[in-house]
Amino acid sequence: MNRFDYVRPASIAEAIAAAAEPGSAYLASGTNLLDLMKGNVVRPARLVDLNHLPGLDGIELLPDGGARIGARVRNADLAYHPEFSRRFPAVAEALLSGASAQLRNAATVGGNLLQRTCCAYFYDPASACNKRDPGAGCDARGGENRLHAVLGWSERCIATHPSDFCVPLAAFGAVVEIEGQFGRREVPLEEFHLLPGETPERESVLAPGELVVALRLPAEAAGFAAHARYVKLRERTSYAFAVVSAAAGLRLENGVIAEARLALGGVAAKPWRARAAEAALAGARPDAASFRRAAEAALAEAAPSGDNAFKIELARRVAARALLLAAAGTPERLPALPASAFAPVPGASLHG
Amino acid sequence: MSLPITLTVNGVPQRIVLDDPRVTLLDLLRERLDLTGTKKGCDRGQCGACTILVDGRRVNSCLALAISHDGAEITTIEGLARDGELHPVQAAFIAHDAFQCGFCTPGQIMSAVGLIAEGQAGTDPERVREGMSGNLCRCAAYRGITEAVIEAQETMGQAGRQEAA
Repeated sequence: MNRFDYVRPASIAEAIAAAAEPGSAYLASGTNLLDLMKGNVVRPARLVDLNHLPGLDGIELLPDGGARIGARVRNADLAYHPEFSRRFPAVAEALLSGASAQLRNAATVGGNLLQRTCCAYFYDPASACNKRDPGAGCDARGGENRLHAVLGWSERCIATHPSDFCVPLAAFGAVVEIEGQFGRREVPLEEFHLLPGETPERESVLAPGELVVALRLPAEAAGFAAHARYVKLRERTSYAFAVVSAAAGLRLENGVIAEARLALGGVAAKPWRARAAEAALAGARPDAASFRRAAEAALAEAAPSGDNAFKIELARRVAARALLLAAAGTPERLPALPASAFAPVPGASLHG
Repeated sequence: MSLPITLTVNGVPQRIVLDDPRVTLLDLLRERLDLTGTKKGCDRGQCGACTILVDGRRVNSCLALAISHDGAEITTIEGLARDGELHPVQAAFIAHDAFQCGFCTPGQIMSAVGLIAEGQAGTDPERVREGMSGNLCRCAAYRGITEAVIEAQETMGQAGRQEAA
């Protein structure tokens, strides 16, 4: 780990001024940042510690049915908040399917949004990586890339965003509250992360010094609470990143879908909201045929970036599975294995 | 750079001056405070051997900077036994043969204490296994670990009820 200067600001304004200096990074819990620093993947000259700032750790349940979550709220505290998980069960399920209990006790909401990709070439300073070292090239192209992106990738970068939490946030229209040197602004989560294009080193809309202070879930997101699920396919039962995942929500009226939400994880450099699939489901019957059509619409523009063509069909099936599980209804209590792809699907076979 | 912090470690207040902000809670415990029960396995948050309680919550001490935990209350494996009597989780690990080489055991036990305090898993073995998935055991004593966690939870639940009565 490189040497760095340590700054403990007394206010958000002080934090922003300190972090606007080149080479600075914010420190929340550090579960991702310290790991990257130990691997010499990132080498910040200065850490601006957010852990002693007041006002960033509240969970506010808004009277209109929405919620406002401070950026330093710990993943576990949000997931186990009874009223939050009642209103937004797919968000709680996604949180509990991520990382380990120890990491969820430490890791923050803001840090989750800003965690870096789990691409092994990004993590290995001896490999070429345009994200870590702009212009260096990309060893993931033509390398071990079976888990890389199938949507929104570029010749420069085929890495995926590793978050589970962000997938239902994208599906349910979360808004990111940002504070910076020039004031406060809000960005829909769907627009917060950037696709790689020519500049894969730019991963979000944040300008230097800008700080995520809170997240908001709008009231209409709670309208899906009765039919909201997250499904995550991973290479071992627990404590693994998603190969592909999907968050699904349905609003059913008189046996038909009044409104649907669908977002995919593990497929792109950002959580992937599948608006074409949502449009295809409006007015449809909540059955396997409708869900398969929606899943095909969601992946219509997908293309392999290497040895990962299998992920496209896998993502269709996981999307359809999440929609089927959502249609069957949110369980009273989250299952023992949150978001498991092997949970029984009521009225349907596990395969196919 | 001289960076003073205060920590309460296993009930004892400590004033510590760090000469480098890079020191993790894990290295501070092992190298400065001679509390070597907490183990350094992967040092990257993947194995759970370094699990401790910070303000009552289980975390990976390898991914926690000491400097940013100024004022925290820390519990390590050395702080569990009371008056020479093993903590119920420690006793249950022995009763169920929940280890072989023992390297991961302090982290497993601290994680189990944290899991029981969280109160989410109950005595459902699947929920216990899922809740303990951040602790790897290369000897694969998982079966005994799960049994020990469930038994300790039951013992502690009964003790709690007796105290309340």
